[in-house]
Amino acid sequence: MLRFFLSRLALIIPTFIGVSIISFAFIRLLPGDPIMLLAGERGMSAERYAQLSAEMGFDRPLVAQYFDYLMGILQGDLGTSIVTRRPVLDEFFTLFPATIELALCAIVLATALGIPLGVLAAVKRGTWIDQTVMGTALVGYSMPIFWWGLLLIILFSGTLGWTPVSGRISLLYFFPPVTGFMLIDSLLSGQDGAFLSALSHLILPTIVLATIPLAVIARQTRSAMLEVLGEDYVRTARSKGLSPRRVIGLHALRNAMIPVVTTIGLQVGVLLAGAILTETIFSWPGIGKWMVDSVFRRDYAVVQGGLLLIAIIIMFVNLLVDMLYGLINPRIRH
Amino acid sequence: MPLLELENLTVTFDTSSGPFKAVDGVSLTVDAGEILSIVGESGSGKSVSMLALMGLLPWTAKIEADVMRFEGNDLIGMSARDRRRIIGKDIAMIFQEPMSSLNPCFTVGFQIGEMLRKHLGLGRKERRQRSIELLELVGIPAPAERLSAFPHQLSGGMSQRVMIAMALSCNPKLLIADEPTTALDVTIQAQILDLLVRLQKETDMGLILITHDMGVVAETAERVQVQYAGQKVEEQPVRELFRDPHHPYTAALLAALPERARGNKRLPSIPGVVPGPNDRPPACLFEPRCSFATDLCRRTVKRQPASLGLALCNYPLVDGVPQGHPAPAAALAERQEELI
Ligand SMILES: Nc1ncnc2c1ncn2[C@@H]1O[C@H](COP(=O)(O)OP(=O)(O)OP(=O)(O)O)[C@@H](O)[C@H]1O
Ligand code: SF4
Ligand SMILES: [Mg+2]
Repeated sequence: MLRFFLSRLALIIPTFIGVSIISFAFIRLLPGDPIMLLAGERGMSAERYAQLSAEMGFDRPLVAQYFDYLMGILQGDLGTSIVTRRPVLDEFFTLFPATIELALCAIVLATALGIPLGVLAAVKRGTWIDQTVMGTALVGYSMPIFWWGLLLIILFSGTLGWTPVSGRISLLYFFPPVTGFMLIDSLLSGQDGAFLSALSHLILPTIVLATIPLAVIARQTRSAMLEVLGEDYVRTARSKGLSPRRVIGLHALRNAMIPVVTTIGLQVGVLLAGAILTETIFSWPGIGKWMVDSVFRRDYAVVQGGLLLIAIIIMFVNLLVDMLYGLINPRIRH
Repeated sequence: MPLLELENLTVTFDTSSGPFKAVDGVSLTVDAGEILSIVGESGSGKSVSMLALMGLLPWTAKIEADVMRFEGNDLIGMSARDRRRIIGKDIAMIFQEPMSSLNPCFTVGFQIGEMLRKHLGLGRKERRQRSIELLELVGIPAPAERLSAFPHQLSGGMSQRVMIAMALSCNPKLLIADEPTTALDVTIQAQILDLLVRLQKETDMGLILITHDMGVVAETAERVQVQYAGQKVEEQPVRELFRDPHHPYTAALLAALPERARGNKRLPSIPGVVPGPNDRPPACLFEPRCSFATDLCRRTVKRQPASLGLALCNYPLVDGVPQGHPAPAAALAERQEELI
């Protein structure tokens, strides 16, 4: 296990350097000048421009800028936002809980629904149940998130008026963040109705963000189950006189979970990408919206630092999934 | 009362090219303490008939039988739930591929223990105790340590021993062993067969031993049932069967035995293959491969009395001579040629 862990860790370092270069280059390849954007309509004198440019290091050669950036990273400094003048890392940690909260809810929803639906479709293979589940999954899989989000807002927030349109909680409530997770903080605040308000704000974004992972997990579960159900050991389990529930839910599912766990792990990347759109649609103050806003402002430090942090998270989660995979698959563990 | 009675069992698979009878009117009985061997080439419906009995066939299989009784209880009309109380407990089965028959995600101890809990309601400590006893019984060294082993850590022979231990865990009255040694090394094969026969003698259970190896039959069985293309073609006590096979197919199987192939030429084998769903002969299914076949065999085929081994043949052999055949001498000469 330790060797496995170390070999994975060794892979992370080159990936890390690659991502740092790409994130550094990406934002600079976009046309637009951060300082001019900062100045806005009013424009700016040439002296002031040169002064700001020197202050932010933009006057130095690109390689030198990258080197500064890299040295900063090694010291745990991701730079400062040119818009808010706050350290990138601070902003990240302020906004990240909102994204985690949303992403966790989405992956929990996608897993909790996707696995049973996939199992059901596999067990009822070829019937209308299977066809309905798989047909819906196909639609969900190819759903344009932006359009889907707007559709839900129009229906549930607009026509029916059941859910709020944007934000994490109603403006009526105010309390200082403790954990950063609105569901928990609202409970801790003890204010009447705060929790329900937070929950109602979460519902639509969660559904939107969960849609694609849900479809992927359901399909993967179905195909893994179909394969496993034909295995000899499932026949053995049935020959023992065990109930269908135990044969399917334990003997078969346990084996089918091995590829499904990997799929769920891969969805983390999909989720973070989806969070960018979802957070933008629902004005959800998380890192997805932060990234989009910063790209529009050409906030170099934020974009390159944010991308790097997101990449680290994805790598970390993948490592976690690999270890979990080893845990549920005895053939790897030993 | 026989332990198991099957009468006129038919299994039809719904395939994309139409219905296919994998088992066609098979009857058999097994008594307590008896070994019945079912032999036949690949595809003769040996496994399917036993899987039908166990209720393990997929839903594409249609199972019909005049009688399917275990200890006098009708299995056909029984609810799935009631049947699961018998399956695994009173009737246990082991399979051809031991390595893939154990669940890779669970330990040996878990897989044995869950039967003990389900059928015998044993507690954790008793389960462990009994599992160790069972592993000891099937000759697994260091049984206590093996309980926490995963299947991939076991060899094929060890896996089959574990399968046997699992099958025996609830003291079944009938054990079905479906080609239990086919996938194993020759030396291990003999060990596993010896083990099965010894355990059968000790526990007085009935044993159905499925094999396509006449050598295995000679060593173990008491009564033999020969199956061909889903039909039972002959049934005799083992000694009589070897001495005087009545069905040409049985005779051919025996002639294919290495120790019987005289003249140290190449091993004789039966020319042709078992008919599939699309090339079923009209009457006798062995007709395309039979050296005694006549026009009559293409129109109809007759079941002989018990004194002739219930042979499903128009011209049953007695001491190698086809009875009632229009030209026995010519047919025998032709057959001799084929065998050399
Ligand atoms: N699920 C199924 N669907 C369709 N046909 C099947 C199915 N299972 C078995 N068969 C067919 O039934 C016939 C009998 O198969 P069976 O497995 O009983 O043969 P067998 O006598 O056990 O042979 P072997 O020695 O290879 O184990 C074969 O022709 C096989 O192709
Ligand atoms: S019935 Fe005819 S073809 Fe069939 S086994 Fe007997 S002799 Fe051969
Ligand atoms: Mg078979």
